Amino acid sequence: MAYGPHTPDDRAAMRKAIGVASTDELFADIPAAMRASELRLPPPESEAELASRLSRLADRNRVDLVSFLGAGAYRHFVPAVVDQLLLRGEFYTAYTPYQPEISQGTLQTIYEYQSLMGELTGMDVVSASHYDGATAAAEGALMTCRATRRERVLVSRGVHPHYRQTLCTYFGGADLVADEIPLVAEGPASGTTDLVALERMLADPERPVAGVVVANPSFLGLLEPMAQAGRLAHAAGALFVAVVEPVSLAVLASPATYGADIACGEGQPLGIPLSYGGPYLGILACREPLVRQIPGRLVGMTTDIDGRRAFVMTLRAREQDIRREKAASNICTNQALCALAASIYLAAIGPHGLRDVAAMGAARAAALEVALAEAGAPRLHPGPYLNEFAVRVPDAAEVHRRLLGRGVLGGLVLATVEPDDPSLADALLVCATEVTTVDEIEAFASALCDEIERGRQLGLPGIAEASR
Amino acid sequence: MTAAGDRLGPTLFERSHTGRGGGKVPHPPKDALARIPADQLRADGPHLPEVAEPELTRHYVNLSQLNYSIDTGFYPLGSCTMKWNPKVNEWAARLNGFASLHPFVPDELAQGTLQLLWELEQALAEIGGMRAVTLQPAAGAQGELTGILMVRAYHRSRGDVDRTEVLVPDSAHGTNPATASMAGFKTVSIPSAPDGGVDIAAFRAALGPQTAAVMITNPSTLGLFESRIGELLEAVHAVGALAYMDGANLNAIMGRFKPGEAGFDVMHINVHKTFSTPHGGGGPGAGPVGVGEKLLPFLPSPRVLREADGRFRLERPGERPDSIGRVRSFVGNSGVLVRAYAYIRAHGAAGLREVSDDAVLAANYLKSQLAGVLDVPFSRHCMHEFVASGASLKAETGIRTLDVAKRLIDLGYHPPTIYFPLTVEEALLIEPTETESLETLDGFVAAMRTIVEEAHTDPELLHSAPHSSPVRRLDETTAARQPNLRWKGMTGEQTPCPD
Repeated sequence: MAYGPHTPDDRAAMRKAIGVASTDELFADIPAAMRASELRLPPPESEAELASRLSRLADRNRVDLVSFLGAGAYRHFVPAVVDQLLLRGEFYTAYTPYQPEISQGTLQTIYEYQSLMGELTGMDVVSASHYDGATAAAEGALMTCRATRRERVLVSRGVHPHYRQTLCTYFGGADLVADEIPLVAEGPASGTTDLVALERMLADPERPVAGVVVANPSFLGLLEPMAQAGRLAHAAGALFVAVVEPVSLAVLASPATYGADIACGEGQPLGIPLSYGGPYLGILACREPLVRQIPGRLVGMTTDIDGRRAFVMTLRAREQDIRREKAASNICTNQALCALAASIYLAAIGPHGLRDVAAMGAARAAALEVALAEAGAPRLHPGPYLNEFAVRVPDAAEVHRRLLGRGVLGGLVLATVEPDDPSLADALLVCATEVTTVDEIEAFASALCDEIERGRQLGLPGIAEASR
Repeated sequence: MTAAGDRLGPTLFERSHTGRGGGKVPHPPKDALARIPADQLRADGPHLPEVAEPELTRHYVNLSQLNYSIDTGFYPLGSCTMKWNPKVNEWAARLNGFASLHPFVPDELAQGTLQLLWELEQALAEIGGMRAVTLQPAAGAQGELTGILMVRAYHRSRGDVDRTEVLVPDSAHGTNPATASMAGFKTVSIPSAPDGGVDIAAFRAALGPQTAAVMITNPSTLGLFESRIGELLEAVHAVGALAYMDGANLNAIMGRFKPGEAGFDVMHINVHKTFSTPHGGGGPGAGPVGVGEKLLPFLPSPRVLREADGRFRLERPGERPDSIGRVRSFVGNSGVLVRAYAYIRAHGAAGLREVSDDAVLAANYLKSQLAGVLDVPFSRHCMHEFVASGASLKAETGIRTLDVAKRLIDLGYHPPTIYFPLTVEEALLIEPTETESLETLDGFVAAMRTIVEEAHTDPELLHSAPHSSPVRRLDETTAARQPNLRWKGMTGEQTPCPD
């Protein structure tokens, strides 16, 4: 076997001690009619062969393109110290810290994670982690239903489509209702959450609202009127859930300052690799009065019997292994190692560094906006953004495809994730971070300019129309 | 709060000094944020710690050394399958082609990962005897939710909307009833038979037209194979309900029992148990779900598809209208799944069968060696784990299982799972896994003998254990009554303020 220590002699010694002649006897409880057909899998490989296979597979992925792709997962510089420390086997091969006496390393790092996220969000209580931003948002929305004993939430269409879809899956299961708040169609606030519609939806006395969920920045990169949305929610007796991006919180107002009751979001930008969608880090945080509604593990500071400061999992009566069918959630395994990565990242980069990361992304994005507009792809919405925005590109899907051939990954074709929204039909969602260089922006703009010009010369319908 | 103890260091926040750290990223132009409206900007903070790299590194390395881990010792934690986490898997997941791949890249740029995921789906389907597998769920519990939501969608698709109950044996993991509640079902708890197995009569009495599904862990949480499983599955299907298999204990049965072949309609797999992906101090894991023919249309979206020309692609939004939808963002915990794939390729069919055989052999060996030391309530052969009990020890000496567990820490072992399953008094659930040597297993037995002896000769030593750990027993009552869940000392005047 690849990793096991047992020799034929070891096995014989164990069989003798047990009193069986063959290992098959140990499986006698499996009824004959139920025994498995032959297991058919590719043959085993030595570590050398396996490493070669995995290298070849990794090389089949293309990660060499100049990328402006964000849309919920972001490229950032990760200091070398982060992965060096994550490779400590004492961290990554430990289990959940159910035995606190020999888990203080994990417990203290989780407490520190909760504290760091508390500082970023301004919230009192931070769960030890959830699966990702989408499930954290769904759990945050479910919290509002438990806390208010109401059965309907309103979710802005500006929330990431995967989060909205996940929330719908979770809500459908619980027989709860999630309605979508539309976005403003035109004018200076176009693309942001429609507050007039929100107020109207909140006013229905037959269908009281438990929570209002809005993202800042939104999926389209826009800064949302969070304070106003929160006030409207509270006036209707609903809780306000903010979906946030943690790097942005170095410079943007925190959920606490604009009155959010619950903050959630995707922690991947904090030092966690893109890894084709996971493992990421679901951030879920709330104000103190909601502490008994928050799902997932919590670590608290306490003392041991000798009076030494120590850390322990606490308020466990919310959890599935204690409360079973009455638990706040079924969550058990979480994303502890990703929370550790985020903590080490924040500690390594520091408060100034995090501001620099956020502000540099904003500066690069501003340069990108100018360059793309000059290339013929103006912004789709006029309102303020931080480091991500949508641009109008005639025949966006075709232009995007042709850009790949020129080594440019020109963001996300919005129609692929929002196929039902005509306002996003010919648009790319593009993003810049601190790793985006001036040269990359020039390469993108120049290639885009050529492709739009090419389309115009060919008289491609979308482009001809756009140029009229 | 008293000062930190001998081996405990200060928190990150106590280590912070204004002006330390930095140098990781370049500075932006001063006016970078000038275009953002002032009311959107943060007025103060965030007050994050400022720590230089040497001190930061020592902080975390010293903390790591307060942990018990597989890399440092034997971890016989029942139901958790704390097997060796192969190092090559860590290397593989960090390959740039895997780690730097954005989840929204067009399929043509992600052929390596898509192929890996597709092949992993095929392998897991083969191991489970299932028709198809989704890799999307982020953990076992989310796999359970995914499975039960599919069950719900299946019944509804047939206009069968009155099935409100999910039956769960009382020995089940807590995630099973919690999952049923999340999916909108009422949990009905079914008592176990005296021999630890499912009580067929009790199940038959509870089954009816209101039953949506039965959730079975096989081998059970007692480490016993449910030999009456065929009869149970027949009864479940006879009333039109579906059978859910909790695959937490798959490590016992690879190559010996395929749940799908036996008649289970849906199962989840914990790759962080059977397929060796690291537990990470609580996560991340991944919880692939296998289904039979009935649930195929309801699998979460997107699935990974293989085209006729051998290329791979993700399903497009809305392509499969009966899908229960998404259960998370993007495709799944791909970085974890790379490790599971590597594990399966390293073993092949014979290797995986040997994994299960050795896991079962080691558990039975340990059980035979501990039989005279602790109570072993179920005498028949166990699977990959077995339950022992400290009931007699408690009656004789007043020493509880908790004390035994804490004393094991002093002797250098991670304690087994204790007080679970809930159906056995003073339970210790012991799972050695296949990757522990005979010497390690014998050492553990010797430690248990020592502790039982101490229980008779020096019970106080056990009541007050552990003695050698970084901290001793904790004041959990105060932790819960006056929760201190985050450091608040960074806010206020003396905190470093970013320029």
